[in-house]
Amino acid sequence: MSNKVEKDEITGTDTTGHEWDGIKELDNPMPRWWLWTMYASIVWAIGYWIVMPAWPLVTSYTSGFIGYSSRGSLEQELAKATEAHAQDRAALVALELSEVKNNDQLYQFALRGGKSAFAVNCSQCHGSGAQGAPGFPNLNDDDWLWGGNMDAIYETIKYGIRSDHEDTRIGEMPAFLTDEMLTKDQINDVSEYVLSLSEDRKDMAAVDRGQEVYAENCAACHGDNAKGGREFGAPDLTDAIWFYGKDKDIILKTISRGRGNVMPAWVDRLDETTIRQLALYVHSLGGGE
Amino acid sequence: MVDSSVENIDVRPVNKKENRALFEKREKIQPKKARGNFRRLKWIIMGITLGIYYITPWIRWDRGESGPDQAVLVDFARERFYFFFIELWPQEIYYITGLLILAAISLFLVTSLFGRAWCGYSCPQTVWTDLFIFVERMVEGDRNARLRLDKAPMSISKLSKRVLKHSIWLVIGVLTGGAWVFYFADAPTLLRELFTFEAPVIAYSSVAALTATTYVFGGLMREQVCTYMCPWPRIQGAMVDEDTLTVTYHGARGEPRGPHKKGEPWTDRGHCIDCNQCVAVCPMGIDIRDGLQLECITCALCIDACDDVMDKIDLPRGLISYDTHVGQFDSNPERKLNIRFIRPRTIAYGLILALVGAVMLFTLLNRSILDVNVIRDRNPLFVTLSDGSIRNGYTVKILNKIHETRRFLIEVEGLKGVQAWLESGPPLGLPMLVTVPADSLSSYKLYVSVPAENLDGKSSDIDIVVTDFESSERDLQASSFKGPDK
Ligand code: SF4
Ligand code: SF4
Repeated sequence: MSNKVEKDEITGTDTTGHEWDGIKELDNPMPRWWLWTMYASIVWAIGYWIVMPAWPLVTSYTSGFIGYSSRGSLEQELAKATEAHAQDRAALVALELSEVKNNDQLYQFALRGGKSAFAVNCSQCHGSGAQGAPGFPNLNDDDWLWGGNMDAIYETIKYGIRSDHEDTRIGEMPAFLTDEMLTKDQINDVSEYVLSLSEDRKDMAAVDRGQEVYAENCAACHGDNAKGGREFGAPDLTDAIWFYGKDKDIILKTISRGRGNVMPAWVDRLDETTIRQLALYVHSLGGGE
Repeated sequence: MVDSSVENIDVRPVNKKENRALFEKREKIQPKKARGNFRRLKWIIMGITLGIYYITPWIRWDRGESGPDQAVLVDFARERFYFFFIELWPQEIYYITGLLILAAISLFLVTSLFGRAWCGYSCPQTVWTDLFIFVERMVEGDRNARLRLDKAPMSISKLSKRVLKHSIWLVIGVLTGGAWVFYFADAPTLLRELFTFEAPVIAYSSVAALTATTYVFGGLMREQVCTYMCPWPRIQGAMVDEDTLTVTYHGARGEPRGPHKKGEPWTDRGHCIDCNQCVAVCPMGIDIRDGLQLECITCALCIDACDDVMDKIDLPRGLISYDTHVGQFDSNPERKLNIRFIRPRTIAYGLILALVGAVMLFTLLNRSILDVNVIRDRNPLFVTLSDGSIRNGYTVKILNKIHETRRFLIEVEGLKGVQAWLESGPPLGLPMLVTVPADSLSSYKLYVSVPAENLDGKSSDIDIVVTDFESSERDLQASSFKGPDK
């Protein structure tokens, strides 16, 4: 690269003196429209620094003339949205849950609100499609531990299950082996019996012994017919849905060690409207009673 | 004596290649008024195009209770495009694509036949520039008067002429932008709102933006838009061939050019008397005698100017005329124009045009007034119910495209033992009859359950059928039903 400015023969223009592999750069002026656009951009940028948040300082930043922040504008918009829905929100709280469905516009409002609240608060355990996981109930199906009508769902969400709220509902699966209530053999027998309720088992002797163990230890909560009991949240043991999985090892573990999952109480964290929206949304997933 | 009937004009074609230096400040072109057939044709086309543009939004069209009564309306709020009897939903945007294809191919066809007919006569840039030049001429006079005015020192009269000219331009700009927004809202309502300051901000800003562009493009930039900004002059070269009609100077007849005195013989010289009339009228600032150039929009004003000259000096018209490429080498003044309309290129364009047009027409005539969409739930894929049967969820969307409320029956077919119910509808076991309001979309949550033993794998075929309860119009949507591994 040389630095000799020379006149280009063909165009009569000076070169910049830069040369790469014999190619010389002509020192042509910038197009005028281009220059003016650049000057205008500079003026715009200076205006922008003054009006909008722009420069980082040591612990803060210049906040700009109009005090804009994206967080602030989001808050404003959220407030505006809440404000705009004030009527629907009030109506939702005033009505019986079962009546909401009669007003389609309000019902759709509730479902949409419930869907987004579910994604934020519930999907971590129940899954984004409310499909559940072992130990976390699937909310799409027609099997409900604590009741599947709107009011029961509402109560579950509001006060939780085995939560720290005083109005929570409690029911516990005892740890029959750990607490020495049953022997290992008895537990094996009773799990054979439980499995026999929904499929054929080979060891009918164990099933028969297990039935006796069941009647003495389990029927109080799960019912004589093993159809479960909602006052204790005891699952139906005869149907196709298994809370922790349909596997003998899992059943053995459940009986031996007990179970006691917690559903938190949402009454202190979500407002009444949102809890109601959630209840209606969960009810709409297909299994609502 | 130089032929006195023809004024010899001292004019520099500013956009002639040799005259155009890079980075030079633009020299304003002051086109002289042309008189003749093409000028008349251009006035007529200007009247028609401006008329269409300004009047269209005011045409009314009856669509009954639930539709707007504006014939042409792009309704963003309701997500509809109305065009007389046609009414399009957003998902039918492909009709617009089809229209754009038709427009593009038509443009190709016309260009391959007649050169830049679009540029010369009907392009908005040309039409509005023509209008702005007309205003300029009305206020400041024709070319010579304008040149004088430009050189004159500032005076009350010069200032008032300038102010008047720019004011009229701005008014045209406002009217142009003002007409534009009427395509997007009910015109009479919007007009009232615009004047009472109740119109939406976007309406005012659109008017302002289009006022600015009209004023700047038509009044200030003019030929620079065509020469520097518009891609079309570059593209059109691909459609033009030696059989295309373009504005042609018959060099073989015109050269050698030179001044001519009345009574002198025409032997040993060409017919061009070098009067420069053709250059003076050119709005693009070029000399057509240099041949076909990128800048030439084929406005044909130089044809009018030269024909006028030929009449005065008693030579046949057509020294400059619409002709094909070969024409410039023909020195016969009585040359007969021989256009080959049928060429492989025009046949190809014609066929594409016919094909796209036929497809469009067919789909438009057979456009259904019912549209059904079925979206299967993916999360969860399926749900096991307590009796062991498998349930899938579907969202069924029904579009009722007419302006009447309709009732539809939803049925599920294809698997044994199917049970189906709507989340919001009547309980299981009753027919699923739904009511969709006029001109709208309704969405339903459909649950379908099938005994596990009736499924033979992870995925089975299932049909969701929507039937118009009154007319029995049916729409069958094939979907699938997911279950666990067997
Ligand atoms: S082409 Fe016609 S208008 Fe142009 S200079 Fe020659 S005679 Fe005059
Ligand atoms: S050369 Fe003739 S046809 Fe071309 S732009 Fe100029 S006046 Fe119009």
